[in-house]
Amino acid sequence: MISACDLADLPPGESVRIQADVPIAVFNSDGDLYAIDDTCSHQDASLSDGWLEGCFVECPLHAALFDLRTGMPSCLPAKKPVRTHVVLVHDGHIYVDTSSHERTPVAEPVEASASEAVA
Amino acid sequence: MRTMTVVGASLAGVNSVQQLRQQGFDGRIVVVGEETHRPYDRPPLSKALLAGRADVDDLWLCDEEDQDELGAEWRLGVRAEQLDPAAGRVRLSDGAEIDTDGVVIATGGRARRLPGIEDMRGLHTVRTIEDALALRAELTGGAGEVVVVGAGWIGAEIASTCHELGLRVTLVESGEVPLSRTLGDAMGSVFAALHTDHGVSLRCRSRVSGLTNVADGDGRRVTGVWLDDGTQLPADVVVMGVGIQPVTEWLAGSGVAVDDGVLCDPGCVTELPSVVAVGDVARYRTATGGTVRHEHWNNAAEQSATAIRNLLAGSTIEHYRPSGYVWSDQYGVRLQIAGELHQPDEVEVVDGSPSDRRFVVAYRRSGETVGVLAMNNPKLFIRMRKQLAGRLATS
Repeated sequence: MISACDLADLPPGESVRIQADVPIAVFNSDGDLYAIDDTCSHQDASLSDGWLEGCFVECPLHAALFDLRTGMPSCLPAKKPVRTHVVLVHDGHIYVDTSSHERTPVAEPVEASASEAVA
Repeated sequence: MRTMTVVGASLAGVNSVQQLRQQGFDGRIVVVGEETHRPYDRPPLSKALLAGRADVDDLWLCDEEDQDELGAEWRLGVRAEQLDPAAGRVRLSDGAEIDTDGVVIATGGRARRLPGIEDMRGLHTVRTIEDALALRAELTGGAGEVVVVGAGWIGAEIASTCHELGLRVTLVESGEVPLSRTLGDAMGSVFAALHTDHGVSLRCRSRVSGLTNVADGDGRRVTGVWLDDGTQLPADVVVMGVGIQPVTEWLAGSGVAVDDGVLCDPGCVTELPSVVAVGDVARYRTATGGTVRHEHWNNAAEQSATAIRNLLAGSTIEHYRPSGYVWSDQYGVRLQIAGELHQPDEVEVVDGSPSDRRFVVAYRRSGETVGVLAMNNPKLFIRMRKQLAGRLATS
């Protein structure tokens, strides 16, 4: 479990990059929290710098769209998905569980308003 | 329409095939590509592939499964040699003839060469996988001195990669500063400093007047470059980054008008409603009455949506609106531009500082932001780019 940031520091529409074994991007999409691998599966770009629209993030470099729920790219040039990770909120702080992506291909969104642990 | 022929199997061609399917065309699609490779991405040719940070296998635009899903016939390794719109036919270099109802011209261009300079060993352009691998072999095979001619995007990226490979690099540019026509002199100077601060020798206001060379087996090998001021620069390798020549010869006699590209209307449609042009080869008419042709990845990626819509409609029902988005990576710095950056009234730094190489600059005309330039600031850049695109869409 990796500490990301305080929930108050990640308002809707914002994203943050945290360092795990690989960099991870955490997004607040209109109150729902998502975490995916930060590095675009196409070429070297940080998805936390991307454009958040609904539950999709557009790569800041080549405009590939990734579904934050599944990590799947929805258009070229990205071909491979990025990994998704489970997000937990506890005592107003955001945590990312990077070990779970192997077990659960689809990360359920977490309500950012939840102040208790949800997993 | 039952058959569509897409001539050109690079980014603009592949995106056209995708758009045909996405927009509901369920007939036959034939894709003609001169190169033998599957469709691939060209930007890494001057960067990651040339530096050895990527392999050829990292370049494919779609995997075989995605390619199969498009349900197209891929005629790779053959050229289109003639278009006969009256008969609805495209003739290929292997003698085959394709009867077709519509044609998408996505033939791109070939690397331009310096006029009057004969070909010889050590002289390179970078447009194809083979070009990049041949240059890489020389750069890593004992070359010491490299001269790159042209400090535009490709030339600058190649200079940066040569520097990364530990070579001594001289960059020769005819303008006052690099990219002055695109970015203006002030911002061009920022790019000039990017080169010189990395030890690359930048020679602006200079043109190549000839190459010194020696006999090498049955041919010649370059040994240096003469500049028009009489300077002689030693060179084991010379790379020409002086733009592209649109590939249009095969359209001679077809009725499709050509003038440094395929002439088309604001919707990428040629004088023949069943023939559209996309990507580097397309020279389209703008709202102000001029014509423009872009040599950029994003244009090739974006243009096909409009061109295919008009092709399937049989007339121009939509005009192309370019995002003007371009990116480049040089010396570990990420550069991004969007919109129109030429002849602004005002250039304002809105975040960061050019001296830190982390900034965003807004180009303004009549008080409106018309263009954005960023270095190492992708997050703010994409926000400003989206605002710009939103305003263009409603204007």
